[in-house]
Amino acid sequence: MTGFDMSTTYLGLDLAHPVVPSSSPLTGDVDHLHELVEAGAPAVVLPSLFEEQVIHEALSLNRSLDQASGATPEAPEGYFPELDSYNTGPGGYLDLLTAAKNELPIPVIASLNGDSFGGWTLYARILQDRGADALELNIYHIAGDADVSGSAVEAMYLKLVESVRDAIDIPFAVKIGPYFSSLGSFAHKLASAGADGLVLFNRFYQPDLDLETLRVKPDLDLSRSADSRLPLRWIGMLSGRVDCALAATTGIHTATDVVKMLLVGADITMMAAALLLNGPGHLGTVVDGVETWFTDHGYSSVSQARGSMSHEHVADPSGFERANYMKALTNYAPDWA
Amino acid sequence: MRGTIDGNEAAARVAYALSESIAIYPITPASPMGEAADAWAADGQPNLWGRVPTVVEMQSEAGAAGTLHGVVAAGALGTTFTASQGLLLMLPNMYKIAGELTPTVIHVAARTVATHALSIFGDHSDVMAARQTGFALLASGSVQEAHDFAAISHAATFPSRVPFLHFFDGFRTSHEISTIELIDDDCLRDLVDNDAIIGHRMRALDPDQPTVRGTAQNPDVFFQAREASNSFYDATPGIVQSTMDRFAELTGRSYHLFDYYGHPDATDVLVVMGSGAGPVIETVEKQSADGIRVGAVIVRLYRPLDQPAFLAALPDATERIAVLDRTKEPGAPGEPLYQDVVAALAGRDGLRPKVIGGRYGLSSKEFTPSMVGEVFRNLGSAEPTHPFTVGIIDDVTRLSLPAAQDRSPEPDDVFRAVFFGLGSDGTVGANKSTVKIIGDASGLHAQGYFVYDSKKSGSVTVSHLRFSPRPIRSSYLIDQARFVGCHQFDLLEKLDVLEVAAPGATLLINSPYAASEVWDHLPAWVKSKINELELEVWTIDASRIAAALGLGGRINIVLQSCFFALTDLIEGGHATAGMVGQIRKTYGKRGQIVVDRNIQAMELALAGLERVEARPAPSTNGAPLRDLEDAPEFVQRVTAMMMAGKGDLLPVSALPVDGAFPTATTQWEKRSLATEIPMWDPSICIDCARCALVCPHAAIRVKVYDPSFTDSMPDTFAHKEASGKERDGQLLTVQVAPDDCTGCGVCVEICPAISKERRSHKAIDMVPKDPILEAERVNFDYFLELPDLTAADVNLSSVKEVQLLPPLFEFSGACNGCGETPYVKLVSQMFGDHAVIANATGCSSIYGGNLPTTPWSVNADGRGPAWSNSLFEDNAEFGLGLRLGLDGLRDSAATFVDWLAPQLGDLAGSILTADQSTAAGIAAQRQRITELRRTLDQLDVPAARSLAEIADHLVERSVWIIGGDGWAYDIGFGGVDHVLASGRNVNVLVLDTEVYSNTGGQASKATPRAAVAKFATGGKRTPKKDLGQIAMSYGNVYVAQIAMGANLTQTVKAFAEAEAYPGPSLIMAYSPCIAHGIDMRSQLDHQKAAVETGYWPLYRYDPAREEHGDPGLKLDSRPPSRPFVEFARSEGRFAMLERNRPQEAEELFAMAQRDINDRWHVYEQMVELHRTAEYAEVEA
Repeated sequence: MTGFDMSTTYLGLDLAHPVVPSSSPLTGDVDHLHELVEAGAPAVVLPSLFEEQVIHEALSLNRSLDQASGATPEAPEGYFPELDSYNTGPGGYLDLLTAAKNELPIPVIASLNGDSFGGWTLYARILQDRGADALELNIYHIAGDADVSGSAVEAMYLKLVESVRDAIDIPFAVKIGPYFSSLGSFAHKLASAGADGLVLFNRFYQPDLDLETLRVKPDLDLSRSADSRLPLRWIGMLSGRVDCALAATTGIHTATDVVKMLLVGADITMMAAALLLNGPGHLGTVVDGVETWFTDHGYSSVSQARGSMSHEHVADPSGFERANYMKALTNYAPDWA
Repeated sequence: MRGTIDGNEAAARVAYALSESIAIYPITPASPMGEAADAWAADGQPNLWGRVPTVVEMQSEAGAAGTLHGVVAAGALGTTFTASQGLLLMLPNMYKIAGELTPTVIHVAARTVATHALSIFGDHSDVMAARQTGFALLASGSVQEAHDFAAISHAATFPSRVPFLHFFDGFRTSHEISTIELIDDDCLRDLVDNDAIIGHRMRALDPDQPTVRGTAQNPDVFFQAREASNSFYDATPGIVQSTMDRFAELTGRSYHLFDYYGHPDATDVLVVMGSGAGPVIETVEKQSADGIRVGAVIVRLYRPLDQPAFLAALPDATERIAVLDRTKEPGAPGEPLYQDVVAALAGRDGLRPKVIGGRYGLSSKEFTPSMVGEVFRNLGSAEPTHPFTVGIIDDVTRLSLPAAQDRSPEPDDVFRAVFFGLGSDGTVGANKSTVKIIGDASGLHAQGYFVYDSKKSGSVTVSHLRFSPRPIRSSYLIDQARFVGCHQFDLLEKLDVLEVAAPGATLLINSPYAASEVWDHLPAWVKSKINELELEVWTIDASRIAAALGLGGRINIVLQSCFFALTDLIEGGHATAGMVGQIRKTYGKRGQIVVDRNIQAMELALAGLERVEARPAPSTNGAPLRDLEDAPEFVQRVTAMMMAGKGDLLPVSALPVDGAFPTATTQWEKRSLATEIPMWDPSICIDCARCALVCPHAAIRVKVYDPSFTDSMPDTFAHKEASGKERDGQLLTVQVAPDDCTGCGVCVEICPAISKERRSHKAIDMVPKDPILEAERVNFDYFLELPDLTAADVNLSSVKEVQLLPPLFEFSGACNGCGETPYVKLVSQMFGDHAVIANATGCSSIYGGNLPTTPWSVNADGRGPAWSNSLFEDNAEFGLGLRLGLDGLRDSAATFVDWLAPQLGDLAGSILTADQSTAAGIAAQRQRITELRRTLDQLDVPAARSLAEIADHLVERSVWIIGGDGWAYDIGFGGVDHVLASGRNVNVLVLDTEVYSNTGGQASKATPRAAVAKFATGGKRTPKKDLGQIAMSYGNVYVAQIAMGANLTQTVKAFAEAEAYPGPSLIMAYSPCIAHGIDMRSQLDHQKAAVETGYWPLYRYDPAREEHGDPGLKLDSRPPSRPFVEFARSEGRFAMLERNRPQEAEELFAMAQRDINDRWHVYEQMVELHRTAEYAEVEA
């Protein structure tokens, strides 16, 4: 034992350390959840419950069962026996949540992606009732409508956060993307609207083209450490300036990634791609590395280090701003040089 | 306790409660009884004694009867359900069961037995065929009676030891929903004689007290032994009556062996049984209330017929009796019930009434109070017609009574409503729900009856609903409705929906137009009728509301909500509560989201309902018949009437005497179902013709033709230069039949030609029909005028070339996106001009031969497939018979040619040695036969005349035996196996949908493991039978397994090889079906996935290859490259098991994967096999 205090708090939850498995296929399976606990996960974020998907599945099934029923005198009731249940709706997700809560000794954070205001609040309440320790609102919104202004999009986010705040008592964080005109201002508004934390950033999967079929294809491109620069900048900029917890996600692969995020002010870091690539056991390796780094550098606790290199506290804050870009460019040495 | 259920459920509930083992097999209209039993058992519902009955599906009704025989011989309580041909297949066992005095009950939804044609509808021709089996026959005439008599028959069979056949009229009772009093378990317990059941068990086959049954007896004792059971039959009527009396004590509902209605001193009496009793009782009660001395005897227990009880039921004053039979016994002095009445009266002392007999209601022909009135008029006349028919116009033998013109005199306090909708829009479901809501929640009695047309795509439904303060006996359609709902605006153009409207009725129209615009869009005759009848018109855009809520085309809830709003049958709050309750009951299993959406639909309906103000309009004479002046005379005179829904008005003389109808008549129907149709872009088309190949309705055609035709082309007629050396210099057109396309979109899915500039654009795109309809009609007419190629002009192994041939199977009524019909159409293109087809009963016989029109067509020479449907179970044998018959005629003709060789010269030799293995060879032989006929005309010898009569048989005939998997794997398997083993040159095409599609999706032995189907509610637990491997084991059968969506070339090759193979051939064609729970537009993708996962491997086994020392089997698909579970999750039939029972699904999916792996492993080994024996038949 080094005596280094790795503990942190996030959304009012006391966590043993700041490396949390974020929502991914790994956290969608009870067996894997147990493996993550064994690897030392201090909490888990379940995959998102997508309201749109739940609705789509239910209505598709409904149409499928209705297909051709009543169409012919020989099959007036359709072509399938009526089963006692089709388990549509969020049942499968809620079963996962219940199992996680019953079986895991750590806090369970449920994640929700709503499709309507009613849906956000309804499912937030259901997840709370099913025992989630906290929620993550996964606002996966592509502002592709040219008729909707940026301010309207922000207003929609804020209204949503207020609605959920009114609907539930447990803490919740909001996971957003980076594409806002004034992220600092907006983050502040989100916190004021009731968000207990911000998760930076949602990683929108970017489409790709399949040149064989000439079709657009969704592409799962796992993050790399370099992808952590964007949240690094913004957590550094927001730390101490917004009245809510900050979670860093995207590009958290190594102990140094975690250390950097903590130094700029993250309360926790979230890890998905690295666990998918290396397995649940990778989490322990990272945690050990974090502890080693801090210990080697004379720190006594995460809370001591947290935010010590934020925009507020760093020696040259301009590094988080535009000059950072200039510096990066001028120092870049191309491979062919 | 009241309940609102249909006749099938009414009977099945009791049968299930009082049985331990149930053997089932699907047949319309009895299938729902078996389906209910299977579902209840899967759900763990116990019978009266707390045990879940064992429900087992058999391979045929004969199998079900055999199983039932075993069940009861073992001392258990058994039952089964059937109808029509199914009952006939049970007859041998019924003799046995009855001969052994073994108690059981068979419940029959009585249905027409196929004669000149199949009919799924109701009459007594089936049950009358069972009247000498020794079963007691108990007849129900209503849903209530189906429930009550089911109980009485089960209760009476044990003390009597006589097995019972309990029957009620197919569709009219089996499918009518009605408010009835339900029998509770306590009542059943009190009714059933437990001592008698113990007695039955004691007589069972038991090794502890062994007996022998089924002995073979000789002339010395058989006769006496047959008479030994007489006393049991003598006692049965008394036992039934005492059971009825006990039942009356328990329920208050009193029945007798013969129930009399009407004037106590009636002089004129009708005798009838079944649902025909409804209008008879209504009529005699009304007339006797007016003092007219008429009455009716309703027969309950038909066998054993209790003559004293019958005579006692007749009023002493009876002078004249008319007996009504719902069956026909050609050549008999009268129909069965008539003969029984005459025989019964023969034993009566004193004056005997005059008795006449007549037929009514065959194949669910309407039987109304007006017709009953005609029967009484005939009976009372000085010289009554005998035998007579009623309900039709017989202008040939003039047996029919004059057609009554008056409408049904129903009381004003009976509310009557009629709804017109499509099968796909949920109208029937909504009306069933309405009947249940009102029947359950109000004090009213409710009745719903539903009429369907014969199509599987775009079928029209008509719902007839009655609500009355009294129990409803009216077992006939409504002709004076106070409410008419037209749930599809287009139907106003196609049907005379206001023919049933009473003056002052309310008309509700689902319309895409605003209330202020609706009037302008109504057909002239509709406006005229609205004004004439002073109808109150309302409208709503239900389709828009349903679509916005994600409910697709299901407009049921919206229109049901409007119906309640516009009527005062049930108070508003109760209506809302009732609807919400029904929504929860119907949709609750599908999840809260679906429930919520339907409740929203209900609420939005009220906001969207608007009144339409009628305006003055010119008077018209009703809806005109479509102009068919270019059609053949038969189509104009007969088919047109059926297409207009006026087939009831056709006289006997209009119809063929032997069931032989002209082909090529679907072309006149022009149903114009689609809202979007394919549009061809010649600029990017690559001439692959895949669109035409996969089109289920032959609504996309391809032709190549000489450029000289451009001179006369319509302006918008599209064309391009044909590609490929063989078509160099010719033009090519892909043309859509705009009124015949059903809009399924399968063509678009297969089209590989995509625009370089706009990837969303293909050479075939779906576009709105209306803007291009007129132009495309002109184009299609012109396209048809372009010359057709013949099979001799094309390469029959080429996908593209084959599609240049005219399809001789077109515009069938098959489902949108049907997976079967493209194969059938391909047969017609490749071999249709010399094909004779035996078609098993099933989907393919229904879309292939259900009137009013027939899709089998002819080429420019008037040649085309000759097609016939014999039965379900015998199709392979029927096809073999065709082969034998045709071969015999060919051989006879060849013998005559041989005899006449001296006069015929070289022609004789060339005819007899002609190579007809190719289309060109067949064409050459036709020319020789033409020449032969010319020569024969010059020869004045008897042999020449005989040869002339059969000379065409010297041209090769291709015999195709077509049917579904229910036939080939189950009921007809013995025949298929035998015919394949025969070595004869027949081609068997199995359209494998992996379920009994036509009867509603029941499991067959082709159903794969883990699939949910009716009769396999919990997912099928056994693997699919490998029919191909069984066939290959013979060694001389060509076998191919194909899937068009996975490999078009292999498909075409397989057909060509099967035809070329001189022995028996078997093609198993993967045929996606709506019973798979998929979007049929993507059915080709599902075929591809089925092959890629190894679920449906492609192969061809050609014995000819083995003759050359090569392995016979050739695998045409790659080893499984995707897991089965991927495929399974994309199809509702598997996916619903995973939703409903995830753990079982996981287990069964894993087993299904092992099935796939194992089968592929076996095939891989078979590819290496070299067989050396000579399997082909050695000629004598």
